[in-house]
Amino acid sequence: MKGKLGRGVALVGAGVGKFGAFPRKDSRDLFVEAFRELVASVDNKGFDPTEIEALFIGNYSSELFEHQGHLAPILADWVGLTPRAALRVEGACASGGIALRQGVLAVASGLYDVVLVGGVERMTALPTEAVTDTLATAGDVLYEFPAGFTFPGFYAAMATAYAARYGMPYEALMEVARKNHAHGALNDKAQFGMTIRAIMDRRLAKAREKGGPLPGWRDELDFLRDPGANPPVAWPLRLFDCSPITDGAAAVLVVAEELARRFTDRPLRVLGTGQASDACLYGRADLTSLRSAREAAAQAYTMAGVKPSGVKLAEVHDCFTIAEVLAVEDLGFFPSGQGWRAARDGATHRDGTIPVNTSGGLKAKGHPVGASGVAQVVELWKQMRGEAGPRQVGHDVDLALAHNVGGTGQTCVVHIFGRG
Amino acid sequence: MAERDFTRTSFEEHLAEGYLMGVRCRSCGALSAVPRPLCPACRVEDLEWVELSGRGVVEGFTVIHVPPTPLAAAGFGRDNPYASAVVRLAEGPWITAQLVGVDPKRPESIRVGLKVRAEVIHQGEAARLAFRPED
Ligand SMILES: [Zn+2]
Repeated sequence: MKGKLGRGVALVGAGVGKFGAFPRKDSRDLFVEAFRELVASVDNKGFDPTEIEALFIGNYSSELFEHQGHLAPILADWVGLTPRAALRVEGACASGGIALRQGVLAVASGLYDVVLVGGVERMTALPTEAVTDTLATAGDVLYEFPAGFTFPGFYAAMATAYAARYGMPYEALMEVARKNHAHGALNDKAQFGMTIRAIMDRRLAKAREKGGPLPGWRDELDFLRDPGANPPVAWPLRLFDCSPITDGAAAVLVVAEELARRFTDRPLRVLGTGQASDACLYGRADLTSLRSAREAAAQAYTMAGVKPSGVKLAEVHDCFTIAEVLAVEDLGFFPSGQGWRAARDGATHRDGTIPVNTSGGLKAKGHPVGASGVAQVVELWKQMRGEAGPRQVGHDVDLALAHNVGGTGQTCVVHIFGRG
Repeated sequence: MAERDFTRTSFEEHLAEGYLMGVRCRSCGALSAVPRPLCPACRVEDLEWVELSGRGVVEGFTVIHVPPTPLAAAGFGRDNPYASAVVRLAEGPWITAQLVGVDPKRPESIRVGLKVRAEVIHQGEAARLAFRPED
C-alpha cells in the first residue's frame, strides 16, 4: 500500500436532513432533503448540480428496512442526476464512511472530478423487534445470532470485559450519554435535541399531570440510575446507553483539490483515509479495543502525517456509550484504560481539550445507520468552517477526524480533514 | 463423524450428537471452534476435526432484555431475560453461546473470568451450544 492519494481531494459542500422518525417519508425523500442542504451549502452560488459526475451512496439495508433493493439509481433519479453512475456501498453502520472513502478514491484516481457522497437509512418503518433482528445481521448470523446476541448485546459484552480489566464503574457510561445529549440539545437536526435533564423534567411534568406519586429523581445521574426511567436493554447497557432507531440522510460534495476554489474559498482537504476489517467477536483476541479501528486510524494518521494530539475535534462512532470509550482510546486520544474518565472529567466536552461528538453523536443526533458516517463529516465541515452555530467550539478547528464503525468492528473507517 | 465437511451444518450435527467439535490446521496447528474450510492463519486446506474439552472462561457477557424475534417467541424478554457470553475455551479459541445456570435477574452475580463448561440445550428444533458455571 502506497498510503497516499493519487491526487488531492477536497470537500466543498455538505448537507444533512433532520434526523428523527418520519412515517410519511421514504429513504429517497430523506435523501432529497440532504441533497437540498448540500446544494445550498456550496459557497459559489453558481454551482450547478449537473456538474456531479457520480453518486456513492452509503446504505446498510434498504432491503430489510423498507423492502427496497437497488437503491442508488432511484436516489440519482430523485435528485435528477441520471444517467450518472450511482452505486450503493455497504459496511453495516460504516456504510456512510466507506461510501465517502470510495468517493474520495474515485476522485483521487482521476476518473471523476466531482462526486456526490450520500448516506441514508430509513429504519422506523419496522417494529423494534424487527430492527433488532436487522441490526443483528451485521454480526455473524450463523454463530453469534443463535447464541442470543443482539447488537447492543455485543457492545454490552465489550463493556463487561472493559470494566473487568480497567475497573470502570458502569455509571461512567452515563457520563457519555449526558455529554452527548448536552451537545445534541444544541443541534436542531438531532433526533433527541434534549439534555437528559430536559427529558427528566418532561417525564416529571407528565407524571404531575397524571397525578399520583412523583419519581424522586434528584439529578440526571439519579434519573439514569432508575431502572424504571432507564431500563436495561442488554445489561450492563441500558436504554440511554443506546443510540436510537432513526430515519435520516446526509451528503457531501467531493472534488479534485485543484478544482476546489471553483466551489468555495473555504474547502476542507482530505488529509487521511484508512479502512480495516476484523473477524466477528469469536475471532478476536481482545474485547476492550477494536483492532480495525486502531489499524484504520494508523493508516489515516500516517497518510495525513499528523499525530492524535494534533486533532482538534472528532466525531466518533458512539452507537453505544461504551463504543465512544473504546473509540477515544483506539484513536490515541487517551491511553488504554483511561478513556472512560474522559466524559466524566470534561475532556471530551464541547469546551474540553478534545471535543468529541459535538453534533450529539449517534446517541443524541440519531443513528440512521447508513447515513451516520456521512453525517459525522457534515458536523466536521460545520465546525471547521465556524458554521456550527450554538454548538461551535471555542477553539479553531484546523484538524478534525471522523471514526465510523461497522458492526462490532468488523469494519472501521477513519478520515482526517484539514483546511485548504 | 470423521469426514464431515467443515461447515455450520456439521457443527450443528455434532452439537445434536452431544459433541463440541472444532477444526485444527494440520499444517500450522491453528485451532478454531468455528469450522471453516480454509485455515485463516496459513490459508492451507489441510484441516481435521478435534473434540474440544468444552471447558472455558467468560471473556465478556451480557443479559439480554430485548431479544431477537426467535428468542422473544420462545418466551424471553423484559420479564424473562437471558445471558449470552463470549467464552475463551481451554484450548484457546473463542466462541459465543448462551449462559445457563446463572441468574440473569442478578447480572452482578455473573462475572468476567467465570469458569464454565459447555452443554447442549434444545430450543425448538435446534440444538444450541450453551455454557454453565463449573460447580
Ligand atoms: Zn494453518
